Amino acid sequence: MLERALSGSAGYKRLLGGLSILMGLGFIAYLTQWENGLMITGMGRDVSWGLYISQFTFLVGVAASAVMVVLPYYIHDVKVFGRITILGEFLAIAAVIMCVTFVLVDLGKPMRVLNVLLYPTPWSMLFWDVVVLNGYLLLNILIGWNVLEAERKGTHYPKWVKPLIYLSIPWAVSIHTVTAFLIAGLPGREYWLTAIMAARFLASAFCSGPALLILLALIVKKYTKFDPGKEAIDKLLTIVTYAMLISVFFVILEVFTAFYSQIPGHMESLKYLFVGLDGKHALVPFMWLFVILAVAGVALLLHPNVRKNEKLLVAACCCVFFSMYLDKGVGLIIGGFIPNMFGQVHQYAPTLPELMIVAGVWATGFFVLTILYKIAVSVKEEVQG
Amino acid sequence: MDKSKRDFLKIGGLCALGLSSLEVADAFAKSHATKFLTNPQASHAKRWAMAIDVKKCWKAEKKECKDCILACDWAHNIPDIPVKRQEVKWLWNEKYQNAFPDMENELEPEEVKDKPFLVLCNHCTNAPCVRVCPTQATFKSPDGITMMDMHRCIGCRYCMAACPYGARSFNWRDPRPFIKKINPAYPTRDRGVVEKCDFCVERLAVGKIPACVEACKDKALIFGDLDDPNSELRKALASRYSIRRKPELGTKPGVYYLI
Repeated sequence: MLERALSGSAGYKRLLGGLSILMGLGFIAYLTQWENGLMITGMGRDVSWGLYISQFTFLVGVAASAVMVVLPYYIHDVKVFGRITILGEFLAIAAVIMCVTFVLVDLGKPMRVLNVLLYPTPWSMLFWDVVVLNGYLLLNILIGWNVLEAERKGTHYPKWVKPLIYLSIPWAVSIHTVTAFLIAGLPGREYWLTAIMAARFLASAFCSGPALLILLALIVKKYTKFDPGKEAIDKLLTIVTYAMLISVFFVILEVFTAFYSQIPGHMESLKYLFVGLDGKHALVPFMWLFVILAVAGVALLLHPNVRKNEKLLVAACCCVFFSMYLDKGVGLIIGGFIPNMFGQVHQYAPTLPELMIVAGVWATGFFVLTILYKIAVSVKEEVQG
Repeated sequence: MDKSKRDFLKIGGLCALGLSSLEVADAFAKSHATKFLTNPQASHAKRWAMAIDVKKCWKAEKKECKDCILACDWAHNIPDIPVKRQEVKWLWNEKYQNAFPDMENELEPEEVKDKPFLVLCNHCTNAPCVRVCPTQATFKSPDGITMMDMHRCIGCRYCMAACPYGARSFNWRDPRPFIKKINPAYPTRDRGVVEKCDFCVERLAVGKIPACVEACKDKALIFGDLDDPNSELRKALASRYSIRRKPELGTKPGVYYLI
């Protein structure tokens, strides 16, 4: 089936070309990091994880797109998701590839990464994250590929795929849970030390992943002959609406606990993020943009016309996706490091090469996604005739 | 050659058996003799720990004494990196309100406010950094020291996120050009790994006390076995009131501050 990725329209080639340029620039920036070490980033002894790890935690959420179509389709027999399932699975593959790459570029000694498998450490959450992420990647490749191939041949997919599909559902929950546990169990990091961290991860994943999936489905519909179906998009939108409401609710819970208890350690990170602390407020604009987008997203999702008007739909999904990105892809990780363990505020700002590497990894993910979607859509078009 | 399938399988089976028996032979051949000899002069303890006599330290501080820090920096080839956020620190001073955040009150006597407190790795009995490390590159030694294997560390910096004391440093860049004078007795590090105070495990192994303790002319640093009731350390802790950093986190830090 791979050969379908090799030919395509001029637009397809231009898209791949553009992504390749970003990937190349990212790779050049990574070479300077390889040569000089992580000194080329804006991270330091106080904010020791930056954009790389925060992109990783956000993208783990995007990988949830698959389970939100797989679960209704296979467990509740929601037939309309049949056409769109492959898009969810392939988005999950691209997202997990980005996750793994972001962890890799964050390592000081990437050539030693296999030490994680050489000295397996079951009490380390990072060890489990490596296991569940790679497992999820493998599951989605196996399932997606086999189901698509069967569709092309007009047969039913092999029997052994079915148990894998069922397994992939709890497995998707595990990637969010383990990634939340990565930061939720650290003494002294009060912003992260919250029992609803995993629940927050799941809720925000189940709105940002499907929101992106809707946008991608609309793009596919616009530029190809394959129509994922309006019903599927409507159903997805219902999922996005509930998950978004729960996400916003969870953020409010965090704010209440911190500010009603008035415990300084619990308030300080939130203060830094939303109003600034000790006269330092680099992230304040981003966090208020998050609030505005989240409120706008909820308002649009609840608007009765969102199912009829495609423009409204696109706006709603963009609001959801970018608000969750700001909350989880920027504020959550960086906010956890400020103030530092000495109660001091040392801010973080990414450097240009760091941003180039981030853009390069995103481009790599979208490159993989474009190729996978091209294959899927070509098969669908063939089957449709 | 006229070999039947049966013969082929027989020979193949024998080969497989032979190869797998190598492992068994290895297991039986393993002797319990240690592969290395310990120095007979090495210091031993059940649980190494430290107490810092804050009052003695402050007296010396008036003379701008930094003997312990300089001794540590020299003993461990610690680079002097000009970019603040990329600094490598094993033993350094923090103000009271930073070493003990959330413990300060506005009415403290002037002599406590802004006073320096020596901070270093607490060698916690229940160390969060050891718990999170995905490769066991940081681990507890039998005598209570939180150790770092800088050859195994992958540089993920999870331990830095987990340490509640900010005691860990990452080599954001190659540290070697920033070492003023290299001490050939201790290895220099490569970029990309995490490091921290190791209670001078290399000196304990040859019967010496930690470099900072040795360097302190005012005897403000007391090093010893926390599990030995007759140690100088235990006597100091029994006779003076002491505090530890963030004991509420359950890490059981091994550095005490005598007030």
